[in-house]
Amino acid sequence: MSSYRTPLSRARGLGSAKHGVGDWISERVGAIALVPLTLWAVFAVLRLAAGDYGFAVAWITQPLNAVLMALTLVVSFWHMQAGLRVVIEDYVETGFGKTALLVLNLFVCGLAGALAVFSILKVALSGA
Amino acid sequence: MVMTDATKAGRERPLSPFVSVWRWHITMAASIAHRVTGVALYVAALIAAAWAISLASGPDAYAAFKAVMASPIGLVVMFGLTVSFFYHLANGVRHLVWDTGRGFDIKTANASAVLVIAFALAASIAIWVIAAMTGAI
Repeated sequence: MSSYRTPLSRARGLGSAKHGVGDWISERVGAIALVPLTLWAVFAVLRLAAGDYGFAVAWITQPLNAVLMALTLVVSFWHMQAGLRVVIEDYVETGFGKTALLVLNLFVCGLAGALAVFSILKVALSGA
Repeated sequence: MVMTDATKAGRERPLSPFVSVWRWHITMAASIAHRVTGVALYVAALIAAAWAISLASGPDAYAAFKAVMASPIGLVVMFGLTVSFFYHLANGVRHLVWDTGRGFDIKTANASAVLVIAFALAASIAIWVIAAMTGAI
């Protein structure tokens, strides 16, 4: 008739996965970092848009520019991965499609971020 | 009670949002816009990655990238992304303030939503004026 399992054994393993706080804090810290980084990037874009290829190469060879640009891109890709993840989790029905979209989101952000950072380092270190 | 007829076909449950008395609020518009601009900025980050890749691929690839960005469609997209950026930035700060537990009362939330939208438009126009003056466009 009724189960012999105790209430405690039925409750175990349910509930929070216990790492939500870490995710929440890392999202906020990333967002805080992006405030100065992206404001700097806006003015970087203005200067780069006014210059040609030679100017862009000389610009990215400066250590401060290369590092800030790489940091902006890495933190941005991390932030947008987390952001679009929430959008997918909210609007897509649970199932294979949702899992596939979450993995695709992660892969696109990881690939684009890695390509961008490698490209910046290549030009910054070799000068072309 | 009045429920007798309804109970036959299963009791009617309240709907959310309550569509018959629904109206737009600036706070919900601000919330929706935060998501929409966030998704738009996904495109901006991919353009930034394309910039870095084209720079590493040489002068021809870089010139092609700049030509696409300077085309009419490129400029329209960039202006939209500028508005999206300043909106998402300001509203993101609004969210960070909320995370400290402040600014949740209706008057403050409405006022900060108006402020964020006004800032996004003003900052976008200012940046494009600077861009025009410095030869960026």
